[in-house]
Amino acid sequence: MDLILYDEELKEIQVLIDQLQVDARAKIVFVVDKNGQQITGAGEIGKIDTTSLASLTAGNVAATDGLAKLIGEKEFSILFHEGERDNVHISIVSNRVILIIIFDERSSLGLVRLRVKKASAELARIFLRIIEKTNTQPSAGLEAAFSEITDDDIDNLFS
Amino acid sequence: MAFINYAAREVNCKIVYYGPGLCGKTTNLQWIYEKTNPDNKGKMISLATETDRTLFFDFLPLDLGSIGSLKVRFHLYTVPGQVFYNASRKLILKGIDGVIFVADSQEARFDANLESIDNLDKNLKEQGFDLMKIPYVLQLNKRDMPTALPVETLTKELNVKGEQVFEGVAPKGIGVYETLKAASKMVLKELRRNT
Repeated sequence: MDLILYDEELKEIQVLIDQLQVDARAKIVFVVDKNGQQITGAGEIGKIDTTSLASLTAGNVAATDGLAKLIGEKEFSILFHEGERDNVHISIVSNRVILIIIFDERSSLGLVRLRVKKASAELARIFLRIIEKTNTQPSAGLEAAFSEITDDDIDNLFS
Repeated sequence: MAFINYAAREVNCKIVYYGPGLCGKTTNLQWIYEKTNPDNKGKMISLATETDRTLFFDFLPLDLGSIGSLKVRFHLYTVPGQVFYNASRKLILKGIDGVIFVADSQEARFDANLESIDNLDKNLKEQGFDLMKIPYVLQLNKRDMPTALPVETLTKELNVKGEQVFEGVAPKGIGVYETLKAASKMVLKELRRNT
């Protein structure tokens, strides 16, 4: 199933994670599709390679999912990596998106978990709407963009 | 399972390189990485063992440019080819838009190719895909090896649905770009058909 993200929902997500970044005193908050596609981020994202972050996190979550199933668990909904300086808190929202928080000593695991819990519920509501919208009106607005594309346009991409 | 970010007018597609161990999947990706303009590529990630065998995946984000007002991005992945990494291999197939099967032309690897196609079929099914329906191309790699079987033989035996076949020598870049181009086109056409 394709996932289609529109301006309206993206703005809502942005407001939510901007707030989460402040509340959790995080360096970076990042939202990624479970397939490794980045959705949006907040905080010091200019300092890291976000495409790699998205892909590696999705791989990490997929591997942990496989591990969970192997031992008969539905999923491990939270992953936590502790470093010398920075820590990474990863959680799954609506079984479809991944919320990543990178934080240092200015915050704490307890605070991050608390804030993530609250924000996740809100994020889940937004993504439920996005998924419904993708299912019910998959081509809204996109039809025009795609219908204009000819075989030649596609060929020209590679010329 | 393309990801369409209408807000940013971006289409993101995922293509996976599949095939038996040491067939040249990573080499395909490395060549693309080396030859692509720095502005159009991201960092290539290889999760490999100390002996450079793929452990989990290789990943290369590629910016193909724009069609009309839409930016087109491809995420290229390879799977670990070795038989015992099947659990990891399955995971990489999640959310794919197309598959490039890299076959090893050498006679000694003929059975390994067949086994890998079977494995692909099975793993795709587990992820809810049908090999007969997804965009799929076949690359016959290692054409420069002395024990390479004739193209006709390999095409006849490995072709699953009349897909396009390309001859390759991945370290020299022969056939690499052509294969990717064919697969990407199929993915984009499929995407257009579905919207």
